[in-house]
Amino acid sequence: MSDSSNKIDTTRRSLIKGAAAAGGAIAFPYVHAQEKITLRYLGTAVNQDKAIAEKFEADTGIRIQYIPVTTDDVTKRAVTAPNSFDLIDTEYFSLKKILPTGNLLGIDTKRIKNADKITPLFTKGEVGGKKVGDQGTAPKKVMYLETPTSKTFSAAPTQFMTLIPTVYNADTLGIRPDLIKRPVSSWAELLNPEFKGKAALLNIPSIGIMDAAMVVEAAGLYKYPDKGNMTKKEIDLTIKVLIEAKKNGQFRALWKDFNESVNLMASGEVVIQSMWSPAVTAVRTKGIACTFQPLKEGYRAWAAGFGVPKSVTGRKADAVYEFINWFLDGWAGAYLNRQGYYSAVLETAKAKMEPYEWAYWMEGKAAAKDIKSPNGDLLQKAGGVRDGGSYEERMGGIACWNAIMDENAYMVQKWNEFVAA
Amino acid sequence: MKSLHLPPWLQATPFALVFALFLVLPLLLVGAVSFWQATDYELIPAFTGKNYVDVFAGCANTEELCVTLKTYLSTLKFCVLVWAITLVIGFLVAYFLAFHVQSTSMQTLLFVLCTVPFWTSNVIRMISWVPLLGRNGLVNQGLTGLGVVDSPVEWLLFSDFSVVLAFVHLYTMFMIVPIFNSMKRIDPALIEASRDSGATGWQTVWNVVVPLCRTGIVIGSIFVVTIVMGDFVTIGVMGGQQIASVGKVIQVQTSYLQFPMAAANAVILLATTLMMVWALTRVVDLRREL
Repeated sequence: MSDSSNKIDTTRRSLIKGAAAAGGAIAFPYVHAQEKITLRYLGTAVNQDKAIAEKFEADTGIRIQYIPVTTDDVTKRAVTAPNSFDLIDTEYFSLKKILPTGNLLGIDTKRIKNADKITPLFTKGEVGGKKVGDQGTAPKKVMYLETPTSKTFSAAPTQFMTLIPTVYNADTLGIRPDLIKRPVSSWAELLNPEFKGKAALLNIPSIGIMDAAMVVEAAGLYKYPDKGNMTKKEIDLTIKVLIEAKKNGQFRALWKDFNESVNLMASGEVVIQSMWSPAVTAVRTKGIACTFQPLKEGYRAWAAGFGVPKSVTGRKADAVYEFINWFLDGWAGAYLNRQGYYSAVLETAKAKMEPYEWAYWMEGKAAAKDIKSPNGDLLQKAGGVRDGGSYEERMGGIACWNAIMDENAYMVQKWNEFVAA
Repeated sequence: MKSLHLPPWLQATPFALVFALFLVLPLLLVGAVSFWQATDYELIPAFTGKNYVDVFAGCANTEELCVTLKTYLSTLKFCVLVWAITLVIGFLVAYFLAFHVQSTSMQTLLFVLCTVPFWTSNVIRMISWVPLLGRNGLVNQGLTGLGVVDSPVEWLLFSDFSVVLAFVHLYTMFMIVPIFNSMKRIDPALIEASRDSGATGWQTVWNVVVPLCRTGIVIGSIFVVTIVMGDFVTIGVMGGQQIASVGKVIQVQTSYLQFPMAAANAVILLATTLMMVWALTRVVDLRREL
């Protein structure tokens, strides 16, 4: 009895062992294939929305890990630590610095489903069939590559894109209409002595100097052949104007971080300043009047896009392409449009927005219902109209693009002089 | 028994290695890079003195100070102001803690109170100055409410005043601790002897306590001076980004990938700060006193 039970027991054990081993061998590759992919997404905090990452993970099972840094640091990382991310969200003007390092790989548009639907603003520099200003680093100048590994830009459209556009906007001055109490219509107002001690400027040199150039031109002091690529003399002139204003106490502060600009405006320290669209929205959600004021000289535009570093291959590369495709597919675009940005493929975003939302955000029509932000905060009561009007009016009014100048080193040196003055 | 003791050089080796790897080597690299050339996107290891020449560009002009000198002067000004104020406040607080608070538990409690400024993050702490000192802030509301001023006082925020205020608020602690430490080591018999010899309270402080606290004062001063010389966050936020500091210049240059220029500036800043620390250590022989 005991003997036989022992025998059975051993067999049972060995059977289980064998089954476990076999099961293990079968299970292993299965588990491996299901291993979750995490994409490290390098970009600025403004563009890294938690809701977008959550929705993407829910849709595809791929996790997004945000690495939020400042605009300048995105470039720095791309140049100095290209292995530290799987996907880069950077501005087009940074490409002049990143591309020559060979750290980015051209994106194959054949793998991007909606590539041909990307707005002509990027591919041809046109809005509604009309050419817009292309001073500075206009995206169409740095959009294409001859081959995926090319280190120089192609003038004509090709199969390979440097970045797939994600968001873009046209920046202008933000004002507190309740404190200014009169219409503002020109960039020149930034340095109007009326706002002495109540103005602020962006302290990111390459962008701040463009805002300053808009002011210089608006004031009729000088007309730049290309605000986005000044000569040393032009830089000197622009900085001189800024230093004079600073010495007269024009600026309350300079700001570098998105939240600083919100704080300055909301607290009433500043009534007129260079500003970004979501910052204006943030001030408004506090119940404080703030206008992203359209100006007659036009807008300074910027555009950001996704790039793929060379180090990403295999399944990870597939996941990156999946994310980019998902991003252009509409949900994310609608989300961005509701924040006051613009999405790269308008038609897919439109499908995911309510008609009254589309009419308010994109067609410049009065809001038929209350307009809410993606988080549900009230942005505009029914009947209100978006600052700057329709997409065509706003993006058609682009005067120049964020840029990196050939004389960048000199410009930074002069900017430091302005800060020290 | 004696054979069990490791030779002193062996005991010091691990720490020396850490220092060599994480301090000396990076510093040597910074020194090397400061003589390199660079483009927008790459460093070229070819020797040049141009970075140093560029740092001092325009400094031969006698009419107007060049940017570098102006920046250093501004940073030095903050250094002196903050050092003087933290020294006085730090000394007073330490004196109170060491000689007037009797129980150890009370001393500990008050010490913890002194660290309150460090309980929140740097940025949050500085942003919260805005509702206090701003144009529509508490202080201005109070002043206009009391009828002391007609229109809000503008220099409370984004000014030299606010920068110094934030520094003092933050770094007085670094003065208090070493000075308190020196004070606790003063033999109470010495104070008694001074009193017995007929010295007034002031005379005791000036002739007995202060000289015996020299070590603490110098250590605290080194902390404060080195922190203020290298700071760019506090000056940036409290100065509304409108006040130059050497740290800020370096930060802007690194973020625009101008590493050689930034390295040259860093080397000059390091040399300046080391000279100041060296001057301080002339006052007290730290090695002998500790």
